[in-house]
Amino acid sequence: MNAVLQYAVQGLAAGSFYALAALGLAIIFGVLGVVNFAHGAFYMLGAVTAAVLLDTLALPLWWSLLVVPVLMFGFGVVVERLLVQWLLRLDPLYNFLLTFGLTLVLVELVKQRYGVSGLPYKLPGALSGRVDLAGVVLPRYQLFVFLFSVAICVLVWVVMTRTRVGMIVRASTEKPELARALGINVGRWVTPVFGFGVALAGLAGVLAAPFRAITADMGNNFAIILFAVVVIGGLGSIVGAVVAGFLVGLVEAFGQAYAPTFAQILIFVLMALIILVRPAGLFGRKEATA
Amino acid sequence: MTRSVVDEAPVTEAPAPVAGSDPRLRWVLLSAGLVAALALPWFVYPPVAMDIVAMALFAIALDILLGYTGLLSFGHAAFWGSSAYVTGLIATHYGVPFPLAVVGGAVFAMILALPVGYPSVRRSGIYFAMVTLAFAQMVYFIGYQWSDLTGGENGLQGVPRTFFGIELVETESFYFYYAALPILLFGMWAAWRIVHSPFGRVLVSIRDNTQRARALGYEVDKYKIIAFVLSAGLTGLAGGVFAINHGFVALTELHWSTSGEVVLMTVLGGIGTLWGGILGAFLAVMLADYLASSGFDGIDLVTGSVFVLVVLLFRRGIWGTVRHQWLAWQQRRTSSRRTSAGADPAERGP
Repeated sequence: MNAVLQYAVQGLAAGSFYALAALGLAIIFGVLGVVNFAHGAFYMLGAVTAAVLLDTLALPLWWSLLVVPVLMFGFGVVVERLLVQWLLRLDPLYNFLLTFGLTLVLVELVKQRYGVSGLPYKLPGALSGRVDLAGVVLPRYQLFVFLFSVAICVLVWVVMTRTRVGMIVRASTEKPELARALGINVGRWVTPVFGFGVALAGLAGVLAAPFRAITADMGNNFAIILFAVVVIGGLGSIVGAVVAGFLVGLVEAFGQAYAPTFAQILIFVLMALIILVRPAGLFGRKEATA
Repeated sequence: MTRSVVDEAPVTEAPAPVAGSDPRLRWVLLSAGLVAALALPWFVYPPVAMDIVAMALFAIALDILLGYTGLLSFGHAAFWGSSAYVTGLIATHYGVPFPLAVVGGAVFAMILALPVGYPSVRRSGIYFAMVTLAFAQMVYFIGYQWSDLTGGENGLQGVPRTFFGIELVETESFYFYYAALPILLFGMWAAWRIVHSPFGRVLVSIRDNTQRARALGYEVDKYKIIAFVLSAGLTGLAGGVFAINHGFVALTELHWSTSGEVVLMTVLGGIGTLWGGILGAFLAVMLADYLASSGFDGIDLVTGSVFVLVVLLFRRGIWGTVRHQWLAWQQRRTSSRRTSAGADPAERGP
């Protein structure tokens, strides 16, 4: 029982990274129609930036959780203005290829600058160690990651449902034609939404920094699993992205515990099953199926 | 420019293959291509020349899907790499002549393409790219984990090069090139036949208007799966020859970066052109070879930048641009002739 709970928390912590990043991916896809291949690279940049800030300015994790997403937002805005916007009116495959090229460049730049061995990231004292919850001993940081990302997801959810901006973004994501028919200027939100999605990927990276090896390559496999996450959740769905993110984290953690050889493969098997049973994904609408 | 969300856009900008393009021109191109293929190892280090031709077939096989069926497979490394491994294993354990091993690898790639293709073709457009990428990553992990068979991170080493009783050792790569060339040329010929057959016409109609193709009674998913399997088979031929050429199979062959590399070659050469894949492969392999020999270790920096630039500024690709200019020139010529013959130019429209 104890072990099962530990794996569950571990899975939910790993799932937090997927959920946050997939949320960003889903919002970007919804409003821009862009599948951002570079999302894994942005996640990596978030982690690397946090590590560099800690190393040079001794900026603690708490501050990084705030500063890095802001920096990544700015970076996302630059990328959108400089590159992505020119291809928005064409087939989405072109932006997929563009962001793929961008990924190669970003990863290689980080590799050239910081090498291939991992950067260190020391946990703040308040978050290290373990916590005893009614006889179940759990790593404190994993619990923190899970609670923090749930809080962020709830926050995003509140913004999405309770504010005007959120409703516009949600309408643009889930029914773009209808939103425009109702006179909403979807185009105005393109740049900030891209920046916001990139910021979420960066935030996931900061959270992952003390937890994973910080290398230039850390985002590569992450990006591909993210694609599996959004296919499982349904690419047009914001809720689907979050739920599938946690689900995939759990599958990964239990897979690693009970069948380590197949842990990575299980996620893709799950994806294949979902496509066969529900092509539009768990929360996807029928229209999303091309 | 008004900025708006992307609407339903055509899958590629590539025009349909030109039916009945000048047959004389085709023969000229074909002979020039053949002479170039035969002459290549005289000018380029033979193993590199072999890589160029193998990669060219890889890009052409991808183009059957991307250019003619409108499906971007971002997981073709799965077929390239698995065929390389199977070819290597057959050659190592059974000592058969290498062409047989290559055929074995290609057959394996086609068998693998069935379970991958079946769920994948249920999604199209960007979904298809993501799903194939994910499945290829799964194959990568299988290759990584099953190290008893594949050698894991060390790769599969010491793949022999037996050609009907003759051992073509390392120094004889020049002769190996000519021994393996027919396999790859056969693959290219097959791709050409597929694209220009009635079956290929149906693929183009699926690319241009899936709904209409379905309404006309074609079982779209079945055609897509067949195209996927054929493309995987040709990819397998190329991957097998590549494995024998190097005498070694690395895990990189299964990696997603290999899938991306071949997409770059195809796009750089020109989507929907077949010939473009050859040019794209030539440039990419020569560039990688040049960078590696000049001691530059950031090849991805160059590859990624080229990718970004080509997608932003040069989406027709080399061959696509040439063909576009050629067709525009021909149209200008015929229309000016008509005008001088007294036909009404307004009738033709812009």
